[in-house]
Amino acid sequence: MKAFYGTQLPNPLMLGTAQYPSPAILEQAFRDSGAGVATVSLRRESGAGQTFWQMIRELGVLILPNTAGCHTVKEAVTTAHMAREVFDTRWIKLELIGQTDSLQPDVFQLVEAARILTEDGFQVFPYTTDDLIVGERLLAAGCEVLMPWGAPIGSGRGLNNEYALRAMRAEFPDVPLVIDAGIGLPSHAAQAMELGYDAVLLNTAVARAGYPAAMAKAMMLAIEAGQLSYQADPIEARDMAEPSTPVIGKAFLS
Amino acid sequence: MTVWSVIGSGVAGLAVASELVSRGARVQVFDPVGPPGAHGCSWWAGGMLAPWCEYENAEEPVLRLGRTALNWWAARTQLHRRGTLVLASPRDLPDLRRFARRTERFAEVDQTKIALLEPDLHNFTKGLHFADEAHLDPRQALRDLYRQLQEQGVVFHRKLAPSRLENAIDCRGLHAREVLHDLRGVKGEMLVIRCPDVALTRPVRLLHPRMPLYVVPRGDGVYMLGATMIESEDSSRITARSMLELLSAAYALNPAFGEAEVLEIGVDLRPAFPDNLPRIRRLGRTIYANGLYRHGYLLAPALAQGVADLALENKHSEMVDDDRA
Repeated sequence: MKAFYGTQLPNPLMLGTAQYPSPAILEQAFRDSGAGVATVSLRRESGAGQTFWQMIRELGVLILPNTAGCHTVKEAVTTAHMAREVFDTRWIKLELIGQTDSLQPDVFQLVEAARILTEDGFQVFPYTTDDLIVGERLLAAGCEVLMPWGAPIGSGRGLNNEYALRAMRAEFPDVPLVIDAGIGLPSHAAQAMELGYDAVLLNTAVARAGYPAAMAKAMMLAIEAGQLSYQADPIEARDMAEPSTPVIGKAFLS
Repeated sequence: MTVWSVIGSGVAGLAVASELVSRGARVQVFDPVGPPGAHGCSWWAGGMLAPWCEYENAEEPVLRLGRTALNWWAARTQLHRRGTLVLASPRDLPDLRRFARRTERFAEVDQTKIALLEPDLHNFTKGLHFADEAHLDPRQALRDLYRQLQEQGVVFHRKLAPSRLENAIDCRGLHAREVLHDLRGVKGEMLVIRCPDVALTRPVRLLHPRMPLYVVPRGDGVYMLGATMIESEDSSRITARSMLELLSAAYALNPAFGEAEVLEIGVDLRPAFPDNLPRIRRLGRTIYANGLYRHGYLLAPALAQGVADLALENKHSEMVDDDRA
C-alpha cells in the first residue's frame, strides 16, 4: 500500500464521524470495521471544551480533520489552522464547496487553498473531481494525495464515471488516490479498490444505514475483497465463452 | 418520613418530583435560579411527544419508554393529540422512504390527504402521518407541574442544595458533569416566530439531510422552529447559517412564513450520554437522573418512574447503570 505523506495506513478504509445516531454507535462502527482513519469536521463555532472531539481522539485511529462546509479559500485556511491546533496533526482534508445542490468541489479555489496550506506546512488531502488537469495542478501545488469523488457527497450513487476514475489511476500511478464521496454500497467500495484505488473515504453510507456498525463492517470486507482482487490480477472480460476445460476430443453425440 | 430533595427544576427535576409525590413520597425541590424558566434547556424544547418519529434515528428504548409519556403528560398538562406530519421536498423523497422503512405506526398521505390534514400545506405530494403522536407546550407543562407540586405541598427552595444532603436526586442536566464525566452537551438552536397568516395544527417535520427540522404550533399563530443538533458545547450564540436553515425550512413549508415576526432565539445544550439514552445512577446518598438529550418531554416520565422505582422500592429499571449506594 502506498504511504500517505510517509504514513502507512493500517487499512484502506477512512470513515467519517458525522450523522451517527449517537457517539456510542459511531464508536461501534469503528470497532467492528477496524477502519484506520477517522475524518472529523470542524466548525469554527465549535470552540473549546469539546467532549465529542475527545471521543474521536479516544478511538485510537489516525485523525484526518476536514474543512467541510467551507466555501472560500479564506474559510478553509482558517479552519485548517484550527484543526491543526485541535488535533495536533498536519493532515487536512481540504474541501471547498462550489455549489450547494451538488456539493461539487470548487476546483479553482481548491488549487489556491492547497498551495497556501502546503506552503504553511500542511499535508493536504484535496477533495476534488475526476478531472486530470485539476489533479495535475493539485500535485503542482504540493499535494501528494488526490481524493476524487465517486459521486456527489451523500448521494450514494457509487462511481458515476468509472472511465474517468480509471484514467486518473492510469495518469497518476504513483500518487495515493482515494475515492472520496458518493459511495452507497459495499459493491461501490469494492469497485473502487478493484480499479486500483488506494483507499475509500465514506460517511453517510455507514452513518445513515439502519445498522451503522454492520454496514461499516460490510464496507471493510468489500474493500479488502476489492484490494485482494486488484492484487490478484483479475481476468479481462471477453465477449465469447472461454471453456475452462478442453473441448477437443469430446465425443460428438448427434 | 423520608423527605426526597430534588435538585433542579427543569423537566427532569419536576417530572421526578411529580412522580414521587404521586406515589405518596414527601419532596422538596432546590433550584437557585427559581421557578422553571430560560435557565433550563427544557424551556427551549419542541414539546413533541413523537416516539415513532424519533425511532427513525434512535434506539429502541426511545420508542418503548417514550410511548408511556403521552398518558403521563395528559394527566398533568394540556396535550394536543393531533399526530405528526412528516414531509419531504420532491428531491428528498428517498429520505422519506428511508424514514418510513425505519419506523412504524404511520399512514402514507398524498397531496389531497395532506391538504385535508393541514390546508396550508399545498406544495407537498407525499408525506407520512403519525396519527398517535401528540405535542404539548413545554413552558406550560413546566408551569403546570410547578403549580401542581406547590398545591401538593412541595416546597421550592430558591437556593443551592446544601452539600451532604440525604436522599438527594440530582436532576441538574449538564451542570452535573463534574460528577457524571461521560455527560456531554449537544448544541441546539431554535426560533419562536409569530405568523398568523399560516394555520398549522400539528407538528410538521421537514426532512433535511443534516438536521431534523420541525415546526410546532403553539397556538395564536405562534410557532416554534427547531432544532439544530451540533456536537458543540458553546451555547453562547446562534449562527447565521443555523438561522437561515431554520427559516428556509419554514419558508419551504409555506412561503407566508417569510412574513413571520421573530419573537425569540433560543440556544442551549442538551445533556447526553454517549449512546444518547438517559441514565440513573446512585452514587452514595445521591441519585443522578440525567441524559435526556433531545427527548426531554418524551423520556422524562420514564426517567421519573425509574427514579421512583429505585428511590422508593429499590427496583432497578433498565436506565440504572450504576448503583453504589
